[in-house]
This record gives sequence, structure tokens and C-alpha cells, in this order.
Amino acid sequence: MKRLYYDIEKCMACKTCEIACCVGHSLSKDLLKAIFEEPLSLPRIKIKEKDNLPHPMSCRHCDEPRCVKACMTGCLTKDKKTGLVLIDKDRCVGCWMCVMVCPYAAIRPNQKTKIPVRCDMCKDLDMPQCVKSCPTGAIIWLEETALPVGTVSVRANTSNSKGTVPRQDKD
Amino acid sequence: MEEKKFEGDRATQEMRQVAQDLSMQTIWDRELLQEPHCGFGLLGVCCKNCNLGPCRIDPFGEGAQLGVCGADADVISARNLLRHIAAGSGCHNDHGREIIKTLNLTSLGKAQGYKISDENKLKAIAQEYGIKPEGKDINKIAQELAERLYKEYGQQEGELVLIQRAPKKQKELWRKYNLMPRGIDREITEALARTNMGVDNDYRSLMMHGMRVALSDGWGGSMIATELSDILFSSPEPLQAKANLGVLKEDEVNVIVHGHVPVLSDAIATASSDPELIKLAKEKGANGINLAGICCTALEVLIRKGVNVAGNFLQQELAIITGAVDLMIVDLQCVMPSLPDIASCFHTKIVSTNPRAHFPGSEYIEFKEEKGADIAKQIIKLAIENFPKRDKSRVHIPKQSEGLIGGFTTEYVFKMLGGKYRFTFRPLNDGIIAGRIRGVAAIVGCDNPKLKSGATHIELVKELIKNDVLVVQTGCAATACAKEGLLTPEAAFKYAGRGLQEICEAVGCPPILHLGPCVDNSRILTACCEMVKEGGIGQSLDELPIAGAAPEWMSEKAIAIGWYFVASGALVVFGMPYPLYGSKNLTKFVTEDVESITGGKWAFESDSIKMAGIMIEHINGKRKALNLKPMMYE
Repeated sequence: MKRLYYDIEKCMACKTCEIACCVGHSLSKDLLKAIFEEPLSLPRIKIKEKDNLPHPMSCRHCDEPRCVKACMTGCLTKDKKTGLVLIDKDRCVGCWMCVMVCPYAAIRPNQKTKIPVRCDMCKDLDMPQCVKSCPTGAIIWLEETALPVGTVSVRANTSNSKGTVPRQDKD
Repeated sequence: MEEKKFEGDRATQEMRQVAQDLSMQTIWDRELLQEPHCGFGLLGVCCKNCNLGPCRIDPFGEGAQLGVCGADADVISARNLLRHIAAGSGCHNDHGREIIKTLNLTSLGKAQGYKISDENKLKAIAQEYGIKPEGKDINKIAQELAERLYKEYGQQEGELVLIQRAPKKQKELWRKYNLMPRGIDREITEALARTNMGVDNDYRSLMMHGMRVALSDGWGGSMIATELSDILFSSPEPLQAKANLGVLKEDEVNVIVHGHVPVLSDAIATASSDPELIKLAKEKGANGINLAGICCTALEVLIRKGVNVAGNFLQQELAIITGAVDLMIVDLQCVMPSLPDIASCFHTKIVSTNPRAHFPGSEYIEFKEEKGADIAKQIIKLAIENFPKRDKSRVHIPKQSEGLIGGFTTEYVFKMLGGKYRFTFRPLNDGIIAGRIRGVAAIVGCDNPKLKSGATHIELVKELIKNDVLVVQTGCAATACAKEGLLTPEAAFKYAGRGLQEICEAVGCPPILHLGPCVDNSRILTACCEMVKEGGIGQSLDELPIAGAAPEWMSEKAIAIGWYFVASGALVVFGMPYPLYGSKNLTKFVTEDVESITGGKWAFESDSIKMAGIMIEHINGKRKALNLKPMMYE
């Protein structure tokens, strides 16, 4: 499957990806209209800061996702075909278990809709909106096997010591 | 954002293809590379006014709602907007200052090649400024006027002089709300001070001052620029010319003037018809010297000298890519920094001339009025000497150029409507009262690759005249319509509604009047004053059935112009909002609340037919409030 990688040396923390994510998941798909929608579309990607460097953070669609295990209604499932962690919104009760167990803090509660906010890899579009919008090319959308070996600066969100197999680490 | 369409006119489409074939990057390619534009910037919620930041407000409500200092989206976007207005007005006011300098030098006999061309207007303006012209030499009057005008720029208290032309009710309104500009430079300085960290923190008072800044432009700097240009370079009267890249000639030395201030372009126009230089051009194998213009300075020499317009803002690079331009001479405003780079692929020389505006890669020849004629000749000579270097195999001039009529002024409208012995605005007011003409709309501003590269204007203007709205135009918007052949009397029969057609036929004017460059938007203000004075359609500008639009605006100057019209009581529609939507309060203020203060307001709409609808609805509302007759043919 194609995954999202972040070249943190290129990230300027401009948050263009956050905006593009909101717009891409809004009803109107138009920024000037999206900000007036109710409920507001929220970003599935967030720029966080670690060691004085910006770290873009979004769902890793782990191979062994803790959120799926923890989901009490079973609304979260790991799609074997696409590799995506999917949500059945009708079955979600807003218990926020997924939010609590995610080791990357990549899932956030949307208090208005009572549905967790998480990356769906823009599965209905040709490519994730964050990738399209990034002005420096810091967000990379790539088959995991295609990631060049030894690309030190290209790091997925965080360390791989969480036992969730978030992605193949190449550094 | 919706999929954007590159439209433009046919010559533009053709030349863009040529550029692409040559792998040359033009404004359309650069625009695509900037997509998507920064959302925070688009919404106006990014502040970098101090080193606590830069700060941003999350428009989706989840992240930071306050900057480090505590400024919310309202304060940040209002401060940013005020700075835009200040910069835009600064351009116009500085343009005015440049022309005062020329008037001053001319009056002292120190400007080479300039003279007082319209003595009557000089006397009239001098009188407005309290200078008695009786028994004085014309140069003495000019000198006193120049001095008085300089003082107005530095004035600290009181009111501007030309703003006194506004109807009484308007002035009372401005005084009541403290909107009267006190000086020309003062208001801009205050705008910069107010927007500093921790000064003015109320979006409403920031915007009130924004209107005062804009008024100091429309009724100050811009109006001074227009009036003095008429005095120095002659008051325009309608004349014929052509517009579009097809005006360039294969067998002549092509010189393009580009920029804004007519002090330069007028001297160049004179020099380009110098017999000795034409002889020199012939010696170099050319058939003559062909002068054409781009942007507003083109329109300055168009309305006064009938110089052809090579193109508007978006065509400046394309003109060079024709390979036929031997020299492009630029001063300031709207000149793309990319020009020297584009020119480096051809033989074209770029000559920059203004100490305010330098372009690395261009040849800099400082233009000074003291040696105006000599410098202009020197530059034309450079062009002629460059002509033999033109690679004829690379020349590609599109065929398109359309005829146009330009050069209508407030003063000329008197003559046109009333005839030679009976100067009057009466027929216009009568036409509106009787329901032949619905109202008047000003379609002005830039052309922008983010919309339809000029095509928005065409649809809008056609829709308006179809609905019997008389249209006045300036700037690149006018050139966009000229390229479609809309600025001709024939357009009335093709596109205008029956009522407007009757008026155009009776008076013998086009349904769309070309007033000149964008500083000449001030002519629209004076024309509105005359409409009020003539009577029957309102006591102040905000009661008139008028509206304005800048469909494809891009420059900060457009924001300033829009604001001086809103502050003067007009509805102004922009095709795209300026950075504003991030603050709901500010958006409400400019689109609704301001109407209860000045009578004017803003609207934002990118679809040209809907835009026309907004304007027509507004005009109908004003007609209803005035109890005018229903439209004659509806």
C-alpha cells in the first residue's frame, strides 16, 4: 500500500496541509465556503513540534492497529485489501478508546460530531490533499517498498518502539 | 477552489502557446506553481507585524484563536487590510506627487519638453485652491498651485480641497464619522502606526481609518494626478485607437511604454515622432517608429495622443515573447519583476527609469524632467539601434487588434450630452429618471490568471449594457473589453438594451465609456458629483443608482480604489475577496454594517452573470428609493 512519509527537514510548519485536509473533507471543497460550514471540517493531519522541529502527524494505518483492537463497537476495521484503517461512522459511539490507545496521538476527538478525526488517506480522491498542497514537497506518498534505503530525514511520525508496526523504518 | 479556466483573448492564447513551445515560464505557469495558495494568507489571518509571531489563527476553530499578543482574527485581518489600503493609496498619492513635481518644474521653466496644455483647467483648479488667477502669468499660477499642492500632502489638520466637490450631504456624513482626510501623507503614516503591535485593536476603528486613507487617495492623490495630467498633457477628448498585441509591427521599431506615470510616457510619445529619429530608424532598415503601451501609462497616452495599446497587465510578458519589441521602457507599478528574465531570451531591451523602481537585469536610465526630451530621445535611439539585432525568424506577432474609442472625461460628457453651447449633464439624468438608462456601473481593475485572465469583464459588461446600465471603464478592465471590440459605438447595437441604445444613438456615444487609466477613477467621482448637482436622482452619491466592480482585481491599489468608492457611498463588487473571510466580524462589517455609515458596501462574487445581478439589484433598489419611473422597456 501507499503510505504517507514526511521529510521533516523540508517541513516549514506552514500548516498548508492542515488547511488542505479540512477543505478536502469539507462539503463545499472550497476554503472560502468551508470555513462557514457547520460542523466545521477538522484537519486529520496536525503539525506538532518535537526537538524544535515540526513533525506532521497523521494516522499511520498501522499493520497491527491498537485502535482497531480497542474499538468496543467494532466500527474500526483494518481493510486487508487497501491496508487502510476504516471507520463505520454509524456504529461509532464516541467512546474515544481509539484516541486513548493511539501511541502517536494521531486520532483526535471531534467534540461536535462525536466521531474521531482521523486520516482516511483521502481514499475517494486520486491522492491525499495534504500531499498535493505541500509547497515544499515534504509530504511524500509512496509505496512503502519504494522508499529509498538510508533516507535518514524521511521519518514517519515517531519511533518504532511502540509495537504497532506503523511502517517500514528505513533509517 | 473550483477548476480555473484559462481564457484570455485569442492573441493571449496564441502567445501563451508560443511561450509554452519555447519552454518559457509566464505568469500562468507561475500561478499554477503557487497553487494551492496559502489558506491563512487567503483568509487574512496571518500576522507578521511583530516578533512575538509570526502568528496565525486557525480558521477551522480547533487551533490557536489568538496571536501571541492576544490579537484575534478580527484585529489581525483588519490590520492587514488597512496596510493593503495604505499601500494602494500610497501608490496613487505618490503618482500625484510625481506630477506636482513636473508641474512645478514646468512652471519654473526647468522641465524640458513640458508645457501647460490646458490653461483653463489650470485656472479653474487654482481657483479651487484659493489662488486668484487674475492678472497673473500662467506659469506663476502653476507655480503657486504646485506649492499649494505640496502643502496639501504635508497638511496635518483641516480638510482636503478637492473633496469639497462632493455633495453637501456626503461631506456632512464624512465629518460626522470623522472620515474626512486631514492631509494626504498623514493618513497613510497614521495607518502604519495604527497597525503596529498594540496600537489600534478594534477592527471597526481600523476600518474607519482605512476609509479615511482611501478617501485621501480618491479625492486627494488620484484626483490631483488626473487634474494635473490634464493641465500638463492636455484634457482628453474621445479619439480612436487600437488595442491588442496585433498593433506591434514587423517592419517598424517597436517601443513599448509600460507603467503608470504619464510624465515619462508623454515625453516618449513626443520623442517617437521626432523626424530625426524616424530618419535614423529608416537608416537602420525600419519603416518607422511604432509606439505602443501596456498597463495604465498606455491609457494615459491613449486618451491624449491616440497611442495604441499593446495589451493589459497579463500581456506584458507576451509582448516581449513576440520577439518584435525592440525596447520596453518601464516606470513603476504593475511591472512584473520577471520582465528582464523574459527579455534575456530575445533582443529586447528593458529600460527602467524611476528611482523608486529598479529591475535587476534591466538598463537603468533615470528619467528627469529637467532633461525630459533629451532622455526620451536617448531611449528611443537605443531602441532604434537595437532594431537590427531583432531575429526576424523568431518574430511572432498575433494578428488580433480591435478598434476602440477612449478619452471620455467628466468635462467632455458635458459637451457630449449638451452640445457645444449648452454644457449639461441633463440628458443623462433625464435618461435615468425616464427609465431608459437603469443606472451607471463602473467596471474597472486588473486582469488576473486566478479568474479568467480578462474574460470575466466581457461577460459582465455585456450583461450590464443588455440591462440598460451605462458602463464606464478604466485601467486593464477597459483594455480587456477594448480587445473584444466593446468600446465602439457599434457595441450599442449589438449588445445594449433598447433604452440605452436610444441614448447612445441620440448622443452618438458608445454604451461603454473609456475614461482612461486607473488613477482616472477619480473622474467617476467627479462625474457622480455632477449627476447629483444636475438633480433629480439623489442628494448624495449613495443615493445615485450606481455600482462599481473590479472583477479580476489583483493590486493593492484596487483595494484602495474600492474603499474610496465604498466610503463615497457606492456598492463595490470584487470577483475575489481580499484577505478577509477569516474574520466573520470584519466580513460582516464590510459587506453589511458599513452601509449604515457611508451608504456604500462590498460584495464578493466570482461569477460574472451573478456579479451583474448583484449590481443590477442594487441599482434597482436605489431607483426604487428615489421613486423613479419603472424601466421604459420592461
